Amino acid sequence: MKEFLLIFRNSTDPHANPSPEVIQERMNWMAGIAAQNKLADKGNRLSSNQAKTVRPGDVVTDGPYTEIKEFISGYVVVRTETIEEAVALAKKNPILKDGGNIEVRAIIQPNEKH
Amino acid sequence: MSGQQDTYQQLLPQLFRLEYTKMTAVLCRHFGLKHLAVAEDIASEAFLQATHTWAHKGIPENPTAWLYTVAKNKARDYLKHEQIFEQKVSPQLQANNQVSYPDFDFTEKQIADSQLAMIFAVCDPVNPPAAQIALALQILCGFSITTISHAFLSPAETIKKRLQRARSQLREQNFQVSNLTPEVLATRLPAVHTTLYLLFNEGYFSSGANQVIRQDLCGEALRLALILTTNERTDTPATKALIALFCYQSSRLEARLNDSGEQILFEQQDTSRWNQELIVKGHQYFIDACTGNELSRYHLEAGIAYWHTTVDNPDKWKHILSLYNELIIISYSPVTALNRTFAFAKVYGNKAGIEEALKLRLDNNSYYHSLLGYLYSDAIETAIYHYQKALALTNSEPEKHTIQKEINRLQGL
Repeated sequence: MKEFLLIFRNSTDPHANPSPEVIQERMNWMAGIAAQNKLADKGNRLSSNQAKTVRPGDVVTDGPYTEIKEFISGYVVVRTETIEEAVALAKKNPILKDGGNIEVRAIIQPNEKH
Repeated sequence: MSGQQDTYQQLLPQLFRLEYTKMTAVLCRHFGLKHLAVAEDIASEAFLQATHTWAHKGIPENPTAWLYTVAKNKARDYLKHEQIFEQKVSPQLQANNQVSYPDFDFTEKQIADSQLAMIFAVCDPVNPPAAQIALALQILCGFSITTISHAFLSPAETIKKRLQRARSQLREQNFQVSNLTPEVLATRLPAVHTTLYLLFNEGYFSSGANQVIRQDLCGEALRLALILTTNERTDTPATKALIALFCYQSSRLEARLNDSGEQILFEQQDTSRWNQELIVKGHQYFIDACTGNELSRYHLEAGIAYWHTTVDNPDKWKHILSLYNELIIISYSPVTALNRTFAFAKVYGNKAGIEEALKLRLDNNSYYHSLLGYLYSDAIETAIYHYQKALALTNSEPEKHTIQKEINRLQGL
């Protein structure tokens, strides 16, 4: 089994007043993965307004928006045999209906060549 | 005269169930866990003496006090004769220039504290869960090896060996039953919850053991959990949620079986046979459990059990699904996954439920196939196929019976 990080990106804040239906849909998605025993880490939601970017030369800017249109709104770690399987899980996430996207990245294990 | 004999013969087993484990707990707190067998011997002897004396002289005015006095005297005699006092206890006491025998005090407080200490001693993660449950049944509940072997559907010899191993593990741990520090209480409480939870489930779900033993196991799990509420450090929201869960589940124990002892599926149960007293008690503990910020798996499970006690609430299954969603995310088990899928199908329909179920790939699980059999209600052939798979996978007679009935029904359609 390998672990894959699913990174959620949105251009609008998905955590601002989601409807109960939307919350239920998101929970169903995650619990559906957990029910297959493929949820390695339920991850976290990330705030869009309490956000700073730190750069060299003591430059600190508000949020990641200035340069990136889509910001990371959260992440989850899944446990599957292949990246294709992880992608198949990601495809069912309701974020896709809402203009967001998901990046799937293999987590490199210690001693693993990449 | 024979009337009196009958009475003492009826009374003693009751007293044994009630007092034996209390007595051993208090004695063991004095002797230490290393001498658990001595504590048990003394308690047994007290009851043995009661059978002899009461048969001749009749039942004393206060039978419980009589038993405790005998136990107290026997414990003192033991300390004198075996000289354990001299060898193990006295050096410490003599250092304080106090030569006196410990006072075996059987006050209510002493008993409650001792029982709590014994629960914490027995629920030691050094032993595997099955051994902890067997130990709990023997040491905390006073069950005989025969009864325990019936509960586990294992040969008595197997249980005996399991218990011996577990007891020697306990002795080696040198757990201090006399001095439970707040740290010990806090760190071991989750392990205690787990053992009591498994003990309850053994009674509630084990499909082989007979109904009387099963109800006993559930009752004992509840009794032990209630002891946790006697100490403010163990009376936590998770403890209360666990008790609420036990109460809700126990309320349906009677309604789950018909007159000939066959299981009745949840949906076909006569709700008037649910024990309302236990449901109300469950509500009380559940409300208390929800006062803090703590959200344990027992809160979620009690929540699910709560919704099961309600009838005719249109949103019932939505709530149950939400709780199962949270539960499966914090703790995976095939049973939770299957129950969640059932709730999912209740909310989104059988077609969506089948899709969700097939992802689980629990092909060797009888419940998985029973669930699919249930969900394929529109495709009789497929439903029968899955029920037959379920039938081949289960060893439980009541389950086989229920599945076979369903197959017959479908074949008759």
